[in-house]
Amino acid sequence: MIAFSILAVMLLATAIWTISAKKPVYSVVALLAHFAALAATYLMLHAEFLAVIQLIVYSGAILILFLFVIALLSSGVAPFSVGPNKMPKLAVPAVVLALVALGALSYGVAHLAAPTVTATPGAAPLGPVGAADVFGSVADFGKALFTTYLLPFEITALVLMVAVIGVILLAGDRTPYVATEKQAREVRREMREAIVRGGDR
Amino acid sequence: MNVPDWIIILIKSAILLLVVVTTFAYAMLAERKVLGWMQLRPGPNRVGPWGLMQPAADAAKLILKEDLTPKTADPLIYRLAPFISLLTAFSVYAIIPFGADASGAWAIGNVNAGILLLMAITSIGVYGISLGGWASGSKYPLLGSVRATAQMISYELGMSLSFIGVLILAGTTSLDGIVNAQVHQWFIVPQILGFLIYIITAVAETNRVPFDLVEAETELVAGFHTEYSGLRFGLFFIAEYVNMLTVSCIATLLFLGGWNAPFGLTMIPGVVWFIVKISFFMFFYMWLRATLPRFRYDRLMAFGWKVLLPLATLNLVVTAIIVALKG
Repeated sequence: MIAFSILAVMLLATAIWTISAKKPVYSVVALLAHFAALAATYLMLHAEFLAVIQLIVYSGAILILFLFVIALLSSGVAPFSVGPNKMPKLAVPAVVLALVALGALSYGVAHLAAPTVTATPGAAPLGPVGAADVFGSVADFGKALFTTYLLPFEITALVLMVAVIGVILLAGDRTPYVATEKQAREVRREMREAIVRGGDR
Repeated sequence: MNVPDWIIILIKSAILLLVVVTTFAYAMLAERKVLGWMQLRPGPNRVGPWGLMQPAADAAKLILKEDLTPKTADPLIYRLAPFISLLTAFSVYAIIPFGADASGAWAIGNVNAGILLLMAITSIGVYGISLGGWASGSKYPLLGSVRATAQMISYELGMSLSFIGVLILAGTTSLDGIVNAQVHQWFIVPQILGFLIYIITAVAETNRVPFDLVEAETELVAGFHTEYSGLRFGLFFIAEYVNMLTVSCIATLLFLGGWNAPFGLTMIPGVVWFIVKISFFMFFYMWLRATLPRFRYDRLMAFGWKVLLPLATLNLVVTAIIVALKG
């Protein structure tokens, strides 16, 4: 109870700091502390795997990208050539590979022994943190995620995909992508001339 | 008399911390010696016999040096960054097992999701470098920290994927479980590709030659720690060496059988084997530093994304298929 109170205060304080900080980098640091406290809270609830994933995914991957973007805020991007569009050529092998993967997975699901679920998820016993096959352990988490809660899990993936596409559309990438290095040089020259005409931003 | 658990954990942690710091001090000396020998010069040999007191002299120098903060720096984050680096570097050792006996693995905490927790903690280490470079408020550190961020998140992907092959074979994520699964055969044999990918990405993750674009003294002065001096620089320095030690431990635990003895030489205790294997990796690092030139940055990124990541994915898929067909 004492530990929970401390964590709750930490969670609230860092959350408020995140949204009230004047410098974006301070927000990132506050959010980092928030995620750490959140992971500790998960641990107290015996959700060991969730705590670790919280750290790996949010602190280790997502937040560091925030920091990356914030550190480079307001810097321009020069165009570079991406080469000719390879999509049409790669489409056939990609589809074949995807179908093979789908076939292999379907075969696996249909023919291999189903994982033996020892206890129904949610009703699993609250064991000591660290023991296998108890609520919150890696095995239990995986079973729950890929059997009972498979549909919500997949729908979440779809929602995230929609969000990613939305961000690309909304934020808009104004870097002019061009096919050849010659065109890229042309665009760079135009940009330089525009900067000279308009004065330094 | 019953001693409460937390006191025992505290004592264990203190001892382990002492061991890790001493290892750092002599790893640093060993590196300078090995580099010296490889370049046909004696290396440090003035302080004490064979230069053995050199780490103490270096520590005294770093502690007594003036601690400068640039006027343009962000004071809070500038001070916080070295601590993040060091904290994450040290906290990993809470869950790394060094040996085992009948009562279980020798580790302060034995965690079910051990290898995942290791990944989680080490992935936070990049914040120290990233924030430190940003907070210095000058251009070379900023460039260094941006490079660090991009490099570390790119190579982390290949690294995690190279782990998963081992996890599939071992069927567990706990570190002593993985070591126990290697009693008969070390995972370096079935996972040779994973092992190669791991050691390459591990060098990149610790920002060592040939992947030390983060510091790159020929272009960036000293990269992210250009503005740091005295003990604050020392903290970054300790973190770098402790991280080297950590990735050596992980390579040993995952691929070289941990404390399992090779060729049935079980009369030598497991913990000795563990130290021998780690020392080999540490030497390997120094060897690389003495022999290889630095990568060019765009090639570094291309190598990480276009070579290591697909190879690691292929390794994972093939391992999964073989395990599924066998089992």
